[in-house]
Amino acid sequence: MSDPSITGSSLSKGDRDIDRVTMTHGAGGRAMADLIRDVFHAALGNPWLDQGNDQAALPIPEGGSLVMSTDGFVISPLFFPGGDIGSLAVHGTVNDLAMSGARPLYLSASFILEEGLPLADLRRIVQSMAGAARDAGVAVVTGDTKVVDRGKADGVFITTAGVGVTPVGLTLSGDRARPGDGIVLSGSIGDHGMAVMAQREHLGFETTIRSDSAALNGLVAAMVSAAGPHLKLMRDPTRGGLAATLNELARQSGVGMRIDEQAIVVKAEVRAACEILGLDPIHVANEGKLIAVVAPDGVPALLAAMGAHPLGREASVIGRVVADPDGRVIMETPFGGGRLIPWMAGEQLPRIC
Amino acid sequence: MKYVDEYRDGALAKGLLRAIARAVRADRSYAFMEFCGGHTHAIARHGIIDVLPQNLRMIHGPGCPVCVLPMGRLDAAMALARDPAVTLCTYADLMRVPGSHGETLIRAKADGADVRMIYSPLDALGLAEANPERQVVFLAIGFETTTPPTAAVVKAAEAKDLRNFSVFCNHVLTPMAMRAILEAPAHGEEAGPRLDGLVGPSHVSTIIGTDPYRPFPERYGVPVVVAGFEPVDILHAILMLVRQVNDDRAEVENQYVRAVTAEGNRIAQALMAEVFEHRESFEWRGLGTLPDSALRLRPRFARFDAERRFDMSSSGGRDHPGCACGAVLRGRLEPWECKLFGRVCTPDTPIGACMVSSEGACAAAWLHGSRSHSPDVPEEVSHV
Repeated sequence: MSDPSITGSSLSKGDRDIDRVTMTHGAGGRAMADLIRDVFHAALGNPWLDQGNDQAALPIPEGGSLVMSTDGFVISPLFFPGGDIGSLAVHGTVNDLAMSGARPLYLSASFILEEGLPLADLRRIVQSMAGAARDAGVAVVTGDTKVVDRGKADGVFITTAGVGVTPVGLTLSGDRARPGDGIVLSGSIGDHGMAVMAQREHLGFETTIRSDSAALNGLVAAMVSAAGPHLKLMRDPTRGGLAATLNELARQSGVGMRIDEQAIVVKAEVRAACEILGLDPIHVANEGKLIAVVAPDGVPALLAAMGAHPLGREASVIGRVVADPDGRVIMETPFGGGRLIPWMAGEQLPRIC
Repeated sequence: MKYVDEYRDGALAKGLLRAIARAVRADRSYAFMEFCGGHTHAIARHGIIDVLPQNLRMIHGPGCPVCVLPMGRLDAAMALARDPAVTLCTYADLMRVPGSHGETLIRAKADGADVRMIYSPLDALGLAEANPERQVVFLAIGFETTTPPTAAVVKAAEAKDLRNFSVFCNHVLTPMAMRAILEAPAHGEEAGPRLDGLVGPSHVSTIIGTDPYRPFPERYGVPVVVAGFEPVDILHAILMLVRQVNDDRAEVENQYVRAVTAEGNRIAQALMAEVFEHRESFEWRGLGTLPDSALRLRPRFARFDAERRFDMSSSGGRDHPGCACGAVLRGRLEPWECKLFGRVCTPDTPIGACMVSSEGACAAAWLHGSRSHSPDVPEEVSHV
């Protein structure tokens, strides 16, 4: 770290100060204040953030309950087809809030920057974050920035926290699935994980796969208003994919599930990439899909509402909840056979979110 | 997806299943071994066991490279990984196989060892070029399918005159393992199963062709059908085996004609022969020590041989006393007949190698696991 020409770190006003993050940016002095003003406030500005305090005082709508969630983002690479770590950090937390049926309102964002990160990259990430927040109808109201030595982080890590409010009387929870309920999936699986995977240079293949990273709160609002009390729970199948999420829900509700393999949509290019790498799309991460469990009477209205939303066009019933105290999730294959859908053992894809 | 969808077609598969159901004779049983872990995985993945006739049994074979690697060589790899000068590169499955002290390469990595998961041996070569101060060792495993790429990188390393790249070669040969299965005694500790036919490997056969299987029908009277890895391929091969048994024929037949020829891939074979020679003998987990069953680098490439570059004296590690991987690999025991299966040994906490790889018989059985245990599988799923 002692040779600035190698590390890109310099206290002098050289060119590198202008285009890269240096330790000075994290020192709490003028450079940090400039960075916060020029990069973060410029992109994310809103009445609460603009007050410039270390906290934000926020108005909260009457009634319902307050929902809070937090999520860390360490994805590599920082930029991938269909998104980047900035938009992902907004979508991830917005979706965690939305899965409770809540309307997400406010986010905080904490950045850990690695010394040497190009400022252009940081700007691009923060602007992408601002765009994602705008589209999702949330405001980033407070934040924090730290800089660590080169090698102690990987470009940038972001942690977002968010709060939202659920309407009065709505209680969606992972323990509410009951035998007979339908299991609905909002669209194709595996897009995000394979988009990130294909981007890793050492794999050396090119694809047109794009991450599905998206904020699901709009879709959720349409679902809540269409299916009302029939809607039991929602969850987004991120890390661990569809397989992990179904197993989590089965365990939480103390039920089994039967899934129809043919009803699960996997894009041809995603399937091809999975075949090449020996992966099963049910284990691959998604960032813009959700699973809903719904009482049988609510299925038609729910599917109609989802089909009318851009993020739910391919929504379909992929299976049903059955009685099984051991919580087994079983895939029924096109040949009439069955197999367990296991949790993924160990890591399949490192650092995908 | 072209060349995949056709071979996963439900209607086609159901037609083949009806043909198999019509062909099997009620007055006898059929025991076929799928040699290859890829077939074992596909059979579990697509729920094929559920839909076969009750008197037709598929026995899992030893064709899982991770599974047959003996403890001694696994321990040697672990020791190599702990050498601070070494960057050890290998395929993913191997990273989770426990050595004789229960430790894995993943654990060694967490303790600070430089262990890399790679998709291609070329990645190991790239690491060696990019890090001249590191000793990069490629832990090579696999049957004939993965051997030509290893041969290719060894030649590339020679052409680039790389001083910091070597291969810990554990490549093994399919025909000798098949012979060991067919020559196993009917009774006793080392017994094998009674077999009416063999489903021959897919990818291995693209390299070696179907000719090397000819001694099996001739010498042991056991039919061999080389089959592709997709469910329709496997069902078709099973039907072909049933017909051979019924006709009292024993021949090598090729179901996988879209990829496999009688003589195989001559270019790959030449590459293998240029770089590798047969070891006099090699230890296999489950099958014991088999002559002419594995490869090592020829003297010309000795400087790329990790076994010559490093002290690799085998520690002679032993399997977990309760682990029945050996008997499972010989087809003698079903995975669930092992005391450890599903209790202490699961894919999350594997004790034996057969539970680690998705091609391992135990992992496949655990994955399938639905027929005997499920309370809610409809009648037509359980019994066809």
